[in-house]
Amino acid sequence: MTEPASSPAAGGVDFLAHRQGDDVAVAVRDTGPGAASAAYLDSGDRFGITARDAIPLGHKIALRDLGEYEDVLEYGVLIGLTRGPVAAGELVHTHNLRSARWQKSV
Amino acid sequence: MAEKRLTGYRRADGRVGIRNHVLILPVDDLSNAAAESVARAIPGTLALPHPYGRLQFGADLDLFFQTMIGTGANPNVAAVVVIGIEPTWTERIASGIAETGKPVAQFSVERHGDLRILEMAGRRAAQLLQDASELTRVPVERGELLMSIKCGESDTTSGLGANPATSEAVDRHIAAGGTVIFGETTELTGGEHLIAERCASEEVRKKFQGFFDDYFALVERTGANLLGSQPTQGNIRGGLSTIEEKALGNIQKTGTAPVVDALAPAERPAQAGLNFMDTSCAAAEFITLTAAAGAVIHLFPTGQGNVVGHPVEPVIKITANPLTQATMSEHIDVDVSGLLQLDYDLATAGDRLEDVIDRTVNGRLTCAEALGHREFALTRLHPSA
Repeated sequence: MTEPASSPAAGGVDFLAHRQGDDVAVAVRDTGPGAASAAYLDSGDRFGITARDAIPLGHKIALRDLGEYEDVLEYGVLIGLTRGPVAAGELVHTHNLRSARWQKSV
Repeated sequence: MAEKRLTGYRRADGRVGIRNHVLILPVDDLSNAAAESVARAIPGTLALPHPYGRLQFGADLDLFFQTMIGTGANPNVAAVVVIGIEPTWTERIASGIAETGKPVAQFSVERHGDLRILEMAGRRAAQLLQDASELTRVPVERGELLMSIKCGESDTTSGLGANPATSEAVDRHIAAGGTVIFGETTELTGGEHLIAERCASEEVRKKFQGFFDDYFALVERTGANLLGSQPTQGNIRGGLSTIEEKALGNIQKTGTAPVVDALAPAERPAQAGLNFMDTSCAAAEFITLTAAAGAVIHLFPTGQGNVVGHPVEPVIKITANPLTQATMSEHIDVDVSGLLQLDYDLATAGDRLEDVIDRTVNGRLTCAEALGHREFALTRLHPSA
């Protein structure tokens, strides 16, 4: 069974975040800039967010404004540090997020 | 839910398998040609060619013998023909496998040549194949099946869907008295404290931490930039940005049980429950190590679509990535992409996975088996002499 990627499935959302308090959520369909729907997996709470970038399936969006070298949480755990300021709604990936553990992995 | 009937092959050493292979096992690279000739002459047998087995030494050689013997001893194997270039190491592997009580034959190429080996080993392989064909499936308990888990070409959908669904199956398997092996030492980086906290005793925690610290030190010592290798280019394409993010997704598949032991590579678990094994994160190397430890079924969640299989241990692929499901469906045994749209809950995804596990145990071929994926990849610990 297939359905168009753009059709909002019943109960579906654009982004899923693992835990309340996480700094990023994951696009669960290809999304463009603008208003989007999101939910937390732990609580089930739904919320809205405005995307500044097009964010492809599987890529992350910042849920709040982040400063330079700031901790970034996903699963409620540190996943890395920002390379520079990141605004809420921007794409978060290797261009603006780096490992805190493997210092040579730049 | 009423317990479903599971069937398998009960071997002479009491362990239970779900396949009934007759292997033609080359000891070394030089014997691949003879082993593959025998397997071609006797269809239904399976050759396991590989590039090693010469001039290895020390811990690397120990792991080589343990992996070769463990693979032949795996309960998914009914009988083995071992072929080496010379008789001494051939005998060592053959006798190690024969301790399980299964039929093992051995041949060495020197002083015979490939063509005489083809005839001698081929005659024996045909007999072993006919004998194996008379073995029948018997009812087995879920808890008797040794399971392994490892994800590959992960992306963020792995941590959101495929790995949590696998976690459901892992918890159910352990609740039924079963044993599950996980590993991927470097791929715990950033979440290793979460595994350490789950270790059942201080002794297990120290063993686990020792394995982790050794690997971490190895990576640091190289001074290499691992980005693009770990996380892989496929991981990054799928949206994973750092090793920590990949690790936290990886850990989502390990269920909630305590970690009862930390095993060396290819070591057979001594305790039921969730066992950590010190391994590489490369898919074929991992499954080759767990198969050598006796695992008979593997759960493999994937994001971007790793296509790995193994000649002895069937590999079940699970994905939550709708793009992977749409473009690579011939590789995917269980589609749980509906989890991403909240179409159903994890228990439902767990039911779907359990149904495929049970059918695979009972003989249904996995996608990787049907497509002929038989990756057999030996882990090397250091260079040859």
